Amino acid sequence: MKDLMLILLNLRYWLLVLGIVWISDLALMPYIDPYFSKIIILSGISIILAVSLNLINGHTGQFSMGHAGFMAVGGYISALTTLLVQNLVIGNLAVQNLIFLLALLLGGISAALIGFFVGLPSLRLRGDYLAIVTLGFGEIIRVVVLNLDIVGGSRGLAGIPKYSNFGWVFTFAVITVFFCWRIVNTSYGRAFLSVRDDEIAAEAVGVPTTRAKVKSFVIGAFFAGLAGGLFAHDLQYLSPAIFDFNRSFEIIIMVVLGGMGSISGSVIAAIFLTVLKEALRPLQEMTGVDLRMIIYSLLLIIIMLTRPNGLLGKREVSEILMSWKKKAS
Amino acid sequence: MSKRDMTVGTLLPINIGIGALAQIFGMMGLFCLIMTSGCTKKQTFEADNSDYIKVGEVGSMTGAEATFGISTHRGILLAFDEINKSGGIKGKKLKVVSLDDQGKPEEAATAITKLITQDKVVAVIGEVASSRSIAMAPIAQQNKIPMISPSSTNPKVTELGEYIFRVCFIDPFQGLVMARFAYENLKIKKVAVLRDSKNDYSVGLSDVFTESFKKVGGAIVEDKSYSAGDIDFKSQLTSIAAKNPEAIYVPGYYTDVGLIARQARELGIKVPLLGGDGWDSPKLKEIGGDNINGSYLSNHYSTEDQSPHVQRFIQSYKGLHNEAPDGLAALGYDAAKILAEALLRTTDESSPALRLAIAQTKNFQGVTGLITIDEKRNATKSAVVLKVDQGEFKYQTTIKP
Amino acid sequence: MTEFVQHLINGFSLGSIYALVALGYTMVFGVLQLINFAHGEVFMTGAFVGYYSGRFLGFDRSPSFVGLLVTLGVSMMACSLLGLLIEKFAYRPLRRQPRINILITAVGVSLLLQFSGQLFFGSDPKFFPQVYKPEGTWEIGDLRINPLQVNVLFVSLSMMLVLQYIIFKTRVGRAMRAVSFDHDLARLMGIPTDRVISWTFMLGSALAGAAGVLVGLIYPKIEPFMGIVPGLKSFVAAILGGIGNVTGAFVGAIFLGLAEEFVVGYGASTYRDALAFIFLIVVLLIKPTGLFGRAGSEKV
Repeated sequence: MKDLMLILLNLRYWLLVLGIVWISDLALMPYIDPYFSKIIILSGISIILAVSLNLINGHTGQFSMGHAGFMAVGGYISALTTLLVQNLVIGNLAVQNLIFLLALLLGGISAALIGFFVGLPSLRLRGDYLAIVTLGFGEIIRVVVLNLDIVGGSRGLAGIPKYSNFGWVFTFAVITVFFCWRIVNTSYGRAFLSVRDDEIAAEAVGVPTTRAKVKSFVIGAFFAGLAGGLFAHDLQYLSPAIFDFNRSFEIIIMVVLGGMGSISGSVIAAIFLTVLKEALRPLQEMTGVDLRMIIYSLLLIIIMLTRPNGLLGKREVSEILMSWKKKAS
Repeated sequence: MSKRDMTVGTLLPINIGIGALAQIFGMMGLFCLIMTSGCTKKQTFEADNSDYIKVGEVGSMTGAEATFGISTHRGILLAFDEINKSGGIKGKKLKVVSLDDQGKPEEAATAITKLITQDKVVAVIGEVASSRSIAMAPIAQQNKIPMISPSSTNPKVTELGEYIFRVCFIDPFQGLVMARFAYENLKIKKVAVLRDSKNDYSVGLSDVFTESFKKVGGAIVEDKSYSAGDIDFKSQLTSIAAKNPEAIYVPGYYTDVGLIARQARELGIKVPLLGGDGWDSPKLKEIGGDNINGSYLSNHYSTEDQSPHVQRFIQSYKGLHNEAPDGLAALGYDAAKILAEALLRTTDESSPALRLAIAQTKNFQGVTGLITIDEKRNATKSAVVLKVDQGEFKYQTTIKP
Repeated sequence: MTEFVQHLINGFSLGSIYALVALGYTMVFGVLQLINFAHGEVFMTGAFVGYYSGRFLGFDRSPSFVGLLVTLGVSMMACSLLGLLIEKFAYRPLRRQPRINILITAVGVSLLLQFSGQLFFGSDPKFFPQVYKPEGTWEIGDLRINPLQVNVLFVSLSMMLVLQYIIFKTRVGRAMRAVSFDHDLARLMGIPTDRVISWTFMLGSALAGAAGVLVGLIYPKIEPFMGIVPGLKSFVAAILGGIGNVTGAFVGAIFLGLAEEFVVGYGASTYRDALAFIFLIVVLLIKPTGLFGRAGSEKV
């Protein structure tokens, strides 16, 4: 009963946030420069990716380097769905959005299915071995897509309708954050954390560790699939080259920078890195050479050397604020 | 339930609320901050450069395909340099704002959005690769800013809107050219195809070539693929050699073809290699060495062309960049020149007028041939077939559309 | 039949290329249990050092065996220095951290080298100077063999033997094995573990540098991103053979080369890139110690 109360209480806050999202979508977005709204939408997608990867890498202590693969599955499935369905029904706005929602969910579910199979090796492998295997899975997905003529192979899938907007992207960003937050703060998700902190001890006290590990992969993959769908309907074009392992590295950098195990850290890092990429453009215009990737990689190395757990470590922003408050009083 | 759990439990909703709200609002604040800083900077920029016309360029300046973006960029620089030296456009100078997309479609989309909404460019030149052009086209179309792709050969690119142009021919034409040349001029009946499966350009050309070559009466005896960046092609070539083709069609980028030619000769394959405009670079001859001799490629122009404008282009390019121009540089140059010419012809400075002027380009004497923009916004121009001979591209024939 | 034998020859020569890179990989992994993602980039640097030194010293105009040796020497020295620097500044401070952190740093180092390589060397492919030019191609019936590739096979074989000797017969090798067995215990026994690890890195990187030059000679096209694919594939080769096992790495590399050759030759050439990873997954799941690896429980 108490748990239910808590969820309701939470939901109230979260619905409020969702309300703000949609109100700002309607009231604010038309006045925002398209370039900035593009960056905002991209940060939203990054948030979903980073938070979902954090669930696997940060909270459960597994290490996945194949997040781009899940994203690819979700992106392609949802893009195919909308492309196939949009010719069948009339172009009513409400119907379109419904189709979009269904396509996204379908993409997420197929990604989750793949996530299940990618998660299985985590039962046997650990650490960097698991990392390299997930990297392999991501690459295999890319090569398979490359060979599928139905999605255009290397020529890619063009002409995807533009359904993603600020409202949708941030609705899902908020849902992702909410969901992951709830998971790691309930007994359900404590199992994930226990796997990270001490797998043997967790096993000994009866935590179903194998199930927790696979679950984290499935859930993480689901949200990555959603992000892929949102990405596809924003860019209006997909090609296998978009989902190579450099994309996975990019998401890993976000998780690592924010702190492995910190949801708010992931959110902040996702926004920061997406904005940083664009903020560094004037530098490129001035010098004539693009130093962005060099700065990115240096940042990654320096973060690892100075703060091995990322900027926030395992803590959340709210916890840090609390501890400051305590210190002050 | 222990006391500790209670506190955590009761604090939880507040935590989440504060956390999430702080994050969302913090983010909004951050964006507002950038937005305002962006706006103020933009104003000063415009005040400084009122006597400039800004043209945007999106290209791959870094990443695995950087060499193509850089070549195109150099061609554009040369064209603008020449135009500015000869008085500019109605007294205003042309200025190129060039953004890097690292060879990624989504970066290209962001870059063109920035060019259009922040830098307020009058038109955009780019991208080399079709995949990036396809990602950019909807945005150019939406904002009604003309976009000229120098070298995206996928037919789909210009189908995406009336503001999208290109100055090169398209895959179906180029594939047909080589198919006809091989069958009619070289009297070849059996061809093997070696395609770059990672590269949309190569896959497109291979498909069209296969189809056209079968249509004119030839046979495709083997179809193998590699992926860009591979260094060993012997397994594909060994299988191809076993089928005894009379030629091998390798429509990849010059970065790989040099090695393919080398290994083909090593394996004793003496038949000519056939290729497309992706071969056109001095590097091909350097890496391929003697092994590439006797091969044929379809291209936009021939450096042997003694027309003064072609020779002048080659000379001044060498003067400015200290190296011989490749095909992409020539196309970048032509795209920039066509845009400049259209800017000269427009009566008012609105985008629809500029679009119309580009669409009306007729018999423009470019380095890569006589260019006319057709009603599908593609360039109709003839292709040339070149033979690689003693490290030179020797002119063979011209094939008209 | 000729085609089959030719494929066999090609497979061996491709495998020997992977072996060159895999040997260095497996050295570092064996001692530190560290997936040195940047190994492929050290290999790339080796090729570029060879490119510049070969041209600077004029060996491209007068090819000779001495030229090859000198270029190899310069490149190996430069790479071992690079390896030393990477180890000292990027990996050593993280030695007490979880291995995943070092992996992330390694990814960072690898990206850094790729993109700074692009900045310094330029992005267009370079033609590697032919510092050594053996006579033509050997022809046996319809079969073709590139003598350079036979050389490479011998070089990688002898490197493997040298490494075996170093690891099992010398003091340094014994120290390396001790560090690999138990880092802390080795230090308690008075082994200068940091120095041993530095040596290992320098040795592994020097091997990568040599591989860069030899690959440059056979496939004379070098560019800043050339290290990614060989890096990953030779890692797979090292895993196949059992990580940390020098003979295993060699056999694994040859096996991978042959497998790729036959998949491309007789099967679906578009799936070549996936093949290495399929091997990787299958091996790690079924026999995580690889074909020749020693049994150990800490990795699985």
